[in-house]
Amino acid sequence: MTVPANDLLSKAAVLEGLPDHPAVQAILGFNPEALTDARFDRGELTLSIAPEQIRFAAAAVKACGFNAFEDVTAVDWFPSSPRFQVSYHILSHKYKERIRLRVMLPAEDPAVETVTSVWPGANYYEREVFDLFGINFEGHPNLRRIMMPDDWTGHPLRKDYPVEGYR
Amino acid sequence: MTETAGTPILEAPQAVGAHDQHMVLNMGPQHPSMHGVLRLVVEIDGEIVVRLYPEIGYLHTGIEKTCEAKFYQQVVPLTDRIDYLSPMANNLCYCLAVERLLGLEIPEKAKWIRVLLAELTRLNSHLIWLGTHAMDIGALTVFLYCFREREDILRIFEAVAGQRMMTSYFRIGGLSMEPPLDFFDRVQAFINIFPEKIDEYSNLLTGNPIFRNRLMGVGVISADDAVALGVTGPNMRGSGVDFDLRRDMPYSGYEKFQFKVPVSTAGDCWARYEVRMAEMRESVQIIQQALDGMPEGAIKADAPKIVLPDREKMKTQMEALIHHFKIVTEGFAVPAGEVYQAIESPRGQMGYYVVSDGTAKPYRVHMRNPSFATLQAIETMAKGRMISDLVAVVGSIDIVLGEIDR
Repeated sequence: MTVPANDLLSKAAVLEGLPDHPAVQAILGFNPEALTDARFDRGELTLSIAPEQIRFAAAAVKACGFNAFEDVTAVDWFPSSPRFQVSYHILSHKYKERIRLRVMLPAEDPAVETVTSVWPGANYYEREVFDLFGINFEGHPNLRRIMMPDDWTGHPLRKDYPVEGYR
Repeated sequence: MTETAGTPILEAPQAVGAHDQHMVLNMGPQHPSMHGVLRLVVEIDGEIVVRLYPEIGYLHTGIEKTCEAKFYQQVVPLTDRIDYLSPMANNLCYCLAVERLLGLEIPEKAKWIRVLLAELTRLNSHLIWLGTHAMDIGALTVFLYCFREREDILRIFEAVAGQRMMTSYFRIGGLSMEPPLDFFDRVQAFINIFPEKIDEYSNLLTGNPIFRNRLMGVGVISADDAVALGVTGPNMRGSGVDFDLRRDMPYSGYEKFQFKVPVSTAGDCWARYEVRMAEMRESVQIIQQALDGMPEGAIKADAPKIVLPDREKMKTQMEALIHHFKIVTEGFAVPAGEVYQAIESPRGQMGYYVVSDGTAKPYRVHMRNPSFATLQAIETMAKGRMISDLVAVVGSIDIVLGEIDR
């Protein structure tokens, strides 16, 4: 796989600069509509996926060699819209490369389909995001709080949750 | 001990008939074999583990939230507190991530000292694992021997950083200060004797029939299951997956070192024991290469707006004083972007996901810690075995609750 020398900051640039990247190929192969944006920045490939397509996109990149799930986490871009960004980091043992899948979610009732059916290892990570950001993972086998007590109100890692003091 | 019915902890209820014979046993959070404050809710049939459910969060201190309120350089001491047995690995991962965001190039000597100390950290962490693991099985002597050598490593850390455990020695842009004059001699003296010490532990354990019987065939996890559940590091290599970030996706100059990646295929507690013992010997090799080839030069990047100036310069140069004042009071701005930096920590693949919005404080810092994923596999390993095997499994996967809960 050739690594481009420069950063590629748009979908068109990535499609031109990394045409034979297996993950790009895999997602375009199953549904070109699912890939909403792409970036190659600081040596990392980020593929933005339409929220309703995330499980299919996950299955597609897994099938093409990105076998090892590493991480799911979220970023709260409050007060801009769409508010939540969910980032999935996937490693390929075969290509020795990592990609990031990204999903943007609205502020009201953020929800996305779980990827635990593709990578069972996402279980605790999705629970952590649910606990600390309040993002709902539909179809998750056991979506409960994991860090905070079960009767806690609020989601501490949201930007409108204070760092210290009373809520 | 309570009845299963009405316990909301366990996932899906089983058939009522089976339920009546089962009992729920609570292990931890205060239990000597739980390596911190892990609580395991275990459903048992006699002494056989039927289901198992880890309850975590007792050590949750919201470090990720705290990071968002600090300047970039103020986050470094927080990373020590995540995994108190391998502070340098956390420092390294965070610094590499921010340096990539900044596009900062680090001098060669700083890279090599980082590798040297990261490998000493691995020895430090593996010694604790070996000592506590053997103690859980009932071999107390090894614990005392391991702590004897760990003390030597902590003295080296103290000499270089001024702190034994919470070192914060790696800084964004290099190291906090030059190592002391006799530092490399002390490390050399330590690794001269250390291989014999590994033999000593091995003599006590490897041929010991009780230790062998307690580990062999216990806590088996297949290669596919290990990868699917996110298990990494020595636990994954104990199942036969030959992947090590130091060799396969090198960072911080690891591509210049020659070392073997120990792999074992059995996937049981014994395989994990073998892998970690072999890893300690490889770490000694890496430290030796780092000492032999240590380059000359600076230990900090030439970036006066990011790296704090020397104390001496501050007393003689106006610019140095101004830069020091600016960095301490208002930090330094980091270009907007996101970076995921992964390293091979003693426990597996550690990743720091740092998002910047262009200001002097990180917008989001997320730590992907290996123990968190490893804990998901504990049910697969311990199911269908005795409770006493569960103790062996918890010891063999080498988890630290500080980095699980953060």
